[in-house]
Amino acid sequence: MDIHEYQAKEILSGYGVKIADGGLAYSPEQAVQRARDIGGNVWVVKAQIHSGARGKAGGIKICKTHDEVEAAAEELLGKRLVTRQTGPAGKVCYRLYIEAGTNIARELYFCFLVDRESERIVMVGSAQGGMEIEELAENDPQAITRIYIEPAVGLQAFQAREMAFALGIPASMLSAAVRTIKGCYRALRDNDASMLEINPLVITASDELIALDAKMAFDDNALFRQQKISELRDKTQEDPREMAAADRGLSYVGLDGDIGCMINGAGLAMATMDMIKLAGGEPANFLDVGGGASPERTEKAFRLVLADEGVKAMLVNIFAGINRCDWIAEGVVEAVKKIDLKIPLIVRLSGTNVEEGRKIIAASGLPIMTADTLAEAAEKAVRARNEMVAAVAAQEEN
Amino acid sequence: MSILIDASTAMIIQGFTGKIGTFHAQDMINYGSNVVGGITPGKGGQTYLGRPVFNTVKEAVRQVGAEASIVFVPPGSAADAIMEAADAGIRYCVAITDGIPTQDMMKVKNFLRRFPESERMVLTGPNCAGTISPGKAMLGIMPGHIYVPGNVGIVGRSGTLGYEAADQMRRLGIGISTSVGIGGDPINGSSHRDIMEKFEQDDETKLVVMIGEIGGPQEVEAGIFARENMSKPVVAYIAGLTAPEGRRMGHAGAIISSSAESAAEKVARLKELGVTIAPTPSAMGETVATVLARIS
Repeated sequence: MDIHEYQAKEILSGYGVKIADGGLAYSPEQAVQRARDIGGNVWVVKAQIHSGARGKAGGIKICKTHDEVEAAAEELLGKRLVTRQTGPAGKVCYRLYIEAGTNIARELYFCFLVDRESERIVMVGSAQGGMEIEELAENDPQAITRIYIEPAVGLQAFQAREMAFALGIPASMLSAAVRTIKGCYRALRDNDASMLEINPLVITASDELIALDAKMAFDDNALFRQQKISELRDKTQEDPREMAAADRGLSYVGLDGDIGCMINGAGLAMATMDMIKLAGGEPANFLDVGGGASPERTEKAFRLVLADEGVKAMLVNIFAGINRCDWIAEGVVEAVKKIDLKIPLIVRLSGTNVEEGRKIIAASGLPIMTADTLAEAAEKAVRARNEMVAAVAAQEEN
Repeated sequence: MSILIDASTAMIIQGFTGKIGTFHAQDMINYGSNVVGGITPGKGGQTYLGRPVFNTVKEAVRQVGAEASIVFVPPGSAADAIMEAADAGIRYCVAITDGIPTQDMMKVKNFLRRFPESERMVLTGPNCAGTISPGKAMLGIMPGHIYVPGNVGIVGRSGTLGYEAADQMRRLGIGISTSVGIGGDPINGSSHRDIMEKFEQDDETKLVVMIGEIGGPQEVEAGIFARENMSKPVVAYIAGLTAPEGRRMGHAGAIISSSAESAAEKVARLKELGVTIAPTPSAMGETVATVLARIS
C-alpha cells in the first residue's frame, strides 16, 4: 500500500526527522490560508498523488506570492497527472501540500528497502541527490553506498555514521544526521514499511538536514497489525476495479487487452495470460480467485471481469487442488444465467472433482465452450474473440 | 530415497485442529503420509483424527519422534510457529500460510541461520502448496492423484502451475520423484537453488523442472548453480511474459522492479546458462519428454 508525501512526512516527523513547515489543502482558498500560516515569501505547492517523478509532470510549483499559490492550486486540483510511474492513465490530484520554500545547499539521496537477495533491509544512499536512483545506478554505480541491517539487532549508530560520511554530511551535522537516519529506520520497522525514500534529503543554507520529499510503501501482509497505516489508504489513487476485487478477497490487476481471465493461483494465472498472448490475443486482466472458491465467490469474480466493457471473450481456467471443480462450475453457471452473457465463454477445468464440474456445465445447456488443456483453452478463447470482433465490425458496416 | 520426505518420515501438523489444518491433515493421512500427531496449544492430551494432540512441538518430538511439520497457523503467528519447529529440532518444515509479513520472514531466516548447518531445519514456503514424493508421502495441500511416481524433480513457486506441469507429464507417462513448492513470497525458506542442490544429490531424480515467475533473483541464481554444479539437465518455464512492470501479480514476490526481473530477461539469462526453456506453459511436459529422450 502506498501513502501520500504529506502522510509520510507526518510519520517521519514523529520519529524526529526534520521537515519543512507545511499544511494540507483541498481548495485554492485553503492553499492560500496555509501559505499565510506558514509565512515567508516562497512556497511550494505540491500535488499529492501516489507517484514519484511529480516535478517533471508539472505537479510541483514554486510560488512567490499568494496569488501564485492560488493559481497553482486552481490548476492542480482535479488535474490528471501522468508521470513515468503512473502509466498512461495517470492519477488525479485531489489534495495539495503547501510547504515553505527551502534554501537548498546540497541534495542527497537516501532510502531503505527490503532486499530480496540478502533477505534484509538495506539502507541506500548517494551524495548525488535529486536524480532517480535507477539513473544513478546505471550512470555512476560507485556513487551509491549500500549498508545491510542485521534483523536481530537493527540499525546501529556506527552504520548511520558510515552512511552520513558516505553522503558527505559535514562533521558538524553528524549527530543530526544519525538522528535522522535512525528515525527513518524506526519509522520503517515500527510500521512494517517495505520502502522509505527521501529524495532529496537536503542540507540547507543554514546547515539543517531536511527531508524535502518522502515516499513510503507498506507491506500489505502486515496491514492487519498496522491499523493506523491502513487508515491512511486513499482510494482515489487506486484502480476502482482492483479495489472492489480486494474487498472481495480476490487478486485483480487490470490490463490493456480484451480477453477476460478468471484463474486460480497466481502462477497459473500468469501462465494462462502468457498462453493467450502466444495464441495471438491480449489478456484484459489478471485475476486469481484463490483457494477454496465457493460458488458465490466464483460468481463475484465472474462479474468483476465482465464489468470491464472492453472484454470480448472470457476464459476460465481452474486447476483445482483445494478448490473444487463442481463448485466453480456451479458459480459459473449461476453467473451466466443471471448476467445474460453476450460474449463467448471458454471454461477449462482440471483436478479435484473435475468430472462433476464438467457434468454441471454440460447439463446447464448454456453456450459454454469447454477445453481439456491449457493450449486448447487459450486457442479457443483467441478464436472466439476474433470472431466476436469480426461479427461486431460486420454489423457496424451494415 | 526421495528428497525431503519419504514413506517413513514422521510428520506433525501445526494448527492441527483448525478448519484448514483438519481438512489437509485428513487428506495427508488418506494419502498414506506417516502423520504422527499435531500441535494446538492448549489442547494437548486430546486425540484428534486418531492422532495425539500436543501443546508444543518439543513434546511431539520427544514423545512421537516428529521429524517434519506442516504449518497451517494464521499469518500473525505463523513465523512464531516456524521458529518453534526449528527450535524443537524438526528437520523439515513446510509453511502453507499465505500472508506472513515480510519483516517476520526476515526474523525467521535470521533465526534459522543461527543453527549450525548440520542442525538447521529446512524450510519451504511460506505461501506454497507443499511437497510430495508420489507413492510415498505428501506434506502439502496438492491433489495427490495427479502425481505419479517417476524420475523428474519439480521445484516451483506456484501451486496450481506446478499441478499443471505434473499433469502434463502424467499425460505423457512421465512420473515425478519429488515436487517441491517454494512459494510466492519475496522472502522464502528455500530458494530454487537450494532445492536443485538436493535434486542433484538424489539418485531417483534424473532431470529437474524449475517453474519460476517474474520478480527476484532466484531463478537466475539457480541457473548459475545448474551450470556450475549440476550433472542433471534442467528444464525451466518462467511465467509472466505479459506482466507489466511495477504491478504485483497476485504473489507478493511476483513484481518486476528492475528489468532483470522480467520473464523475458530471466529466460534469456537461463538460456545462456544452458537451461532448456519450455517455450510455452503448455509445452512443459513435451519439453521434459524431449530432454528425457536425449539422456536415456
